[in-house]
Amino acid sequence: MIEGILIGLTTAVTFQNILMVIVGCFFGTIIGMLPGLGPMTAIALMIPITYGFDPATGLILMAGVYYGAVFGGSTSSILLNAPGVPGTVATSFDGYPMAQQGKAGKALAIAAWSSFAGGTLSAIYLLFMAPSLSKVSLSFRSPDYFALMILGLTAIAAFSSKGQFLKAMMMVVLGLMLASVGQDSLSDITRFTFNNMNLTDGISFVLVVMATFAMSEALTIILKRNDPTSAAKQVSLTELGSIKINKEERTKMYKTIPRSSLIGFLIGVLPGAGATIASFLAYGMERNVVSDEEKEKFGKGSVNGLSAPETANNAACSGSFVPMLTLGIPGSGTTAVMLGALLGFGVQPGPRLYMTNPEIFWSIIMSMYIGMVILLILNLPLIPYIARILTVPKNYLIPLILFFSVTGIYVMSFNNFDIYLMIGIAVVATFLRLYDFPMPPLILAFVLGGLMEENLRRSLLLSNGSWEFLWDRTLTACILATTILIVVWHIYKTFKRKN
Amino acid sequence: MNINTTKIISLLFFIFSAFYLYTAYQIQVFAFDENAPFNARTFPIYLGYAGLFFSGLKLILPDPNTIKVEHKSLEYKKTGTLILIAIIYGATILKVGYFLTTSLFLFASYYFLGERRWILMFLLSFPFVAAFMYLLHGILDIYLRDPFLQSIGVMG
Repeated sequence: MIEGILIGLTTAVTFQNILMVIVGCFFGTIIGMLPGLGPMTAIALMIPITYGFDPATGLILMAGVYYGAVFGGSTSSILLNAPGVPGTVATSFDGYPMAQQGKAGKALAIAAWSSFAGGTLSAIYLLFMAPSLSKVSLSFRSPDYFALMILGLTAIAAFSSKGQFLKAMMMVVLGLMLASVGQDSLSDITRFTFNNMNLTDGISFVLVVMATFAMSEALTIILKRNDPTSAAKQVSLTELGSIKINKEERTKMYKTIPRSSLIGFLIGVLPGAGATIASFLAYGMERNVVSDEEKEKFGKGSVNGLSAPETANNAACSGSFVPMLTLGIPGSGTTAVMLGALLGFGVQPGPRLYMTNPEIFWSIIMSMYIGMVILLILNLPLIPYIARILTVPKNYLIPLILFFSVTGIYVMSFNNFDIYLMIGIAVVATFLRLYDFPMPPLILAFVLGGLMEENLRRSLLLSNGSWEFLWDRTLTACILATTILIVVWHIYKTFKRKN
Repeated sequence: MNINTTKIISLLFFIFSAFYLYTAYQIQVFAFDENAPFNARTFPIYLGYAGLFFSGLKLILPDPNTIKVEHKSLEYKKTGTLILIAIIYGATILKVGYFLTTSLFLFASYYFLGERRWILMFLLSFPFVAAFMYLLHGILDIYLRDPFLQSIGVMG
């Protein structure tokens, strides 16, 4: 492991990679502050720029954008009660009341230190857990992988949209259907191409991400007459007050941070869960473990109530890298985008990644520490200045998002058809978003489609066409049982709500 | 009569899944693969049935979270214009080249979205695209096809 850490440090601490962490964190913080534009859009927009880098640098940039966006989202939660990303909703419960009491600076400082501590601690957990998990995951067979993918897709559908499980499952199926277009990986037989040569290689992952996130979000903003920059304009005008944290507050944070970081990390590791659930769970748990006197302060500006979700959401970000790096299966929509980008670089994440490409594996982990320090520097003294950059009117912001989307496809294929297809998918996605059809399950399904078919093929061929492989191995059966539990739980909740 | 749009979308998805399933059954596989436990049409067939199952459930089950969209408050005109500009951009980018079409696309988009600060519009289109091209092509060594700039000798 020491050797790996040194390899990671050598790769991460180059001028170019440190610059990428800074750029990623800065850009991520800006996007994270804009309500409506999440980390997936930010990462999608970065993809064309990563074409010019090696895989490690590209992924370091994207990882920086990811935790930068979560970090930035907390600022608009605290100052405006308008969370930039879903993972920072719980932050507003106590952050916003604190800001209303004239302690906005203090709330931002607590959030920044908690995020820093959460991110750093979880990077340490990742450091120790990822190599061991990689070794364990070497024992995984095709049926286990297939079951794990089913679990991931069901979980993301269950958690991504409250009360919209069926809609999310429809998006999962649509994502898998889109992934099935093009040549079959084994027999080279073309499927669903309708004699169109442009579809022979299938639909590009970058195209689907750009269309369903960047482009469709831009169109949704125009269609709904939203102005994501209006929140940022208010941030830049808000009086922040002191950013000093006193001894009593620090003592409270010392107790909250370790437990919340552990919850955040473990939830992040679970496929489909992620920062939103982690932050809510940490908030709920913190409320249960504090004294009755402190419990009374929850929702009115509690230090524990602010520190817990902020620690957990950043810890969950690092945790979500575990299934991607060790199993090659992304645990969230955001890591699915990163996995797609890695596949584009010709790198196959999975149990053997840390043996075949140790520089990628370890440099991502090492860059997280650097990223956390940079985010702390960015968030504490620079937030009012960063917020001023955001006052760019939407009349400029939207065309620039569309421009980045089209450029991403253009430099990839030099093909008109891909641009038309992207616009077509973006229009459909915009319409579906209006009716609350979630997009992250579609992306995760699209990324996993090929792998899922491959593992199902191997499993069925090995079992001579029998579906017994689903319960032959204990591990496969356990994973499938968890999936069934999630589905049953959702059906139960739906019936309970109706009654 | 009040029509639930989510149900209409589910119905459309149901029809789409049926078409997908029909097409999946039409996939030509090799003769020796026809009766294999798994061939090129197996997975798409499962997907077709899954699509029918989930959209069918959505159709028949009551919808407790009905989404109501106020269509009158939506900005269809500007969105439509922006999509049209993007289509024209896509149609011309290969023939005319990246620099000119992208700059014009940005300029036109700013204009149709209501911007009238001409100098800012210009700065955020032509010089901005030139700088971005330099970043991609000059610094990051990403190839950008541009017949227009090549014809006037700016690009090699």
